Amino acid sequence: MAKSKIESDHKLNVRMFITGLLLVALYAIIVSVLLSLGVSTVLVIVIAAALIFSQYYFSDKIAMFAMHAKEVTPQQEPKLHEIVDRLCLLADMKKPRVGVAEMDMPNAFATGRNPNHAVICATRGLMQRLNDEELEAVLAHELSHVAHRDVAIMTIASGVGMLAGLVSRMALFGAMFGGGGRGRGGQNIVLLEMATMLISIVIYVIAFLLTMALSRYRELAADRSGAILIGKPSVLASALIHVTGDMGKIPRTDLRKTEGMNAFFFAPALSGNSAATLFSSHPSLEKRLDQLNKLEKELNG
Amino acid sequence: MGLRDALFGRTKQVAPNLDNLFALSTAALTLQSELDLVPSGEAGLCFKSGSGESTITTDDDIKQLLDFDETTNKVTLTTDDLGFKWLVVKDPDFEALVTRIHAADTSMVEHQLGPRLLCAVFGFVPQTPPGEGSVRLVYLMKQGTFYPFAPTGPSQRNNELEIRVRSFLGTDLPIEKDLTRWMALWNVPVN
Repeated sequence: MAKSKIESDHKLNVRMFITGLLLVALYAIIVSVLLSLGVSTVLVIVIAAALIFSQYYFSDKIAMFAMHAKEVTPQQEPKLHEIVDRLCLLADMKKPRVGVAEMDMPNAFATGRNPNHAVICATRGLMQRLNDEELEAVLAHELSHVAHRDVAIMTIASGVGMLAGLVSRMALFGAMFGGGGRGRGGQNIVLLEMATMLISIVIYVIAFLLTMALSRYRELAADRSGAILIGKPSVLASALIHVTGDMGKIPRTDLRKTEGMNAFFFAPALSGNSAATLFSSHPSLEKRLDQLNKLEKELNG
Repeated sequence: MGLRDALFGRTKQVAPNLDNLFALSTAALTLQSELDLVPSGEAGLCFKSGSGESTITTDDDIKQLLDFDETTNKVTLTTDDLGFKWLVVKDPDFEALVTRIHAADTSMVEHQLGPRLLCAVFGFVPQTPPGEGSVRLVYLMKQGTFYPFAPTGPSQRNNELEIRVRSFLGTDLPIEKDLTRWMALWNVPVN
């Protein structure tokens, strides 16, 4: 899913990583259960493919639902629509549907199975934090995701990873039972089955990490295209600075409305970014700013 | 919260921490030299008024409790649109302002109203207007930490300025480390 987190929140990254792992584990469990129930391999592959396809086909609805986003009309959000209208004319692309999520966390995403079914969405927190020019830069980045067909690319990528795991598992299964005629003991079969499981899990995890790496490159590509579209990389850089890191964390919520929470102390969550980038679907802020800086020099030079 | 409180579902009321208020005097000097911000001469104390406790229910009771001096008109008591009471003190002498807020705090604590205290707010304005806009230093009573709040519109705040205030005041004041607790105070009645 080409779901662009403008904010590269560490906790969020960890959550996304765990979610991704769980998703992979879920697929692995479904596949093994089906296989051990004696369902034919063809049917298992069909079911797995159907799950992946529905994730892709309903990507816009799933993302909108997950973010509590609602589609808005030009009357409700004239400014947002105007910016998207202008950018679409500039990029010569079909205008996607426009949505807003009523949350304070600054974020935006674009999703949908193809440019005809795309939806671009910003949170209220993003619109409040950025000025019109910066908002335009973020929306240009999101429109680039639509133009690059990142939902399709990422679905295929994760689908291929899934399939690789599945096929390797089938192959190992086949080899195991193919050589079964030599009369092994029952204990050996259990061990072999565990080894098969382990190997396919390792393959799933590697596929997942590769998918994340691909996702980070797609983000940098969208940064680049978005910056070129508006012609001002520095504005996108300034928008990124405003919504990521420290500044993105400062809330807009009123202290008096959250007064009940002040009585409690929450231990600050673990911080530290060492492993975050490997597992993260988004490149680090430094990398993104670095690229935009270079781009700015190229455009001026 | 202890284990027993958790087991029995009780919440202990949290007492306010007033110790750090006096660190403000040095912070005011730093703000002036580094960011050209001077005290606006206004400070406010925000608390939630409740019913029943210690028979303090009306504004008059609170005024009496806080040793109100009606004649000087330096102190006002208002209720904001979210139902919180604001005791706003005006005094050009910053030290006196801090002392006054501390005295009001102490008095409320003595009357078992400590848990009702939400925050204290101190106003700072550019020495040479327009400058970069005004900044409020918010003191979270329960946590005993400060954070800057620089509103620029009805729901906009200047995050760059706030981050810069933090970088200069880090050694003078206990600044709230968790940025997600730098809550806004829109329409704060303290300038």
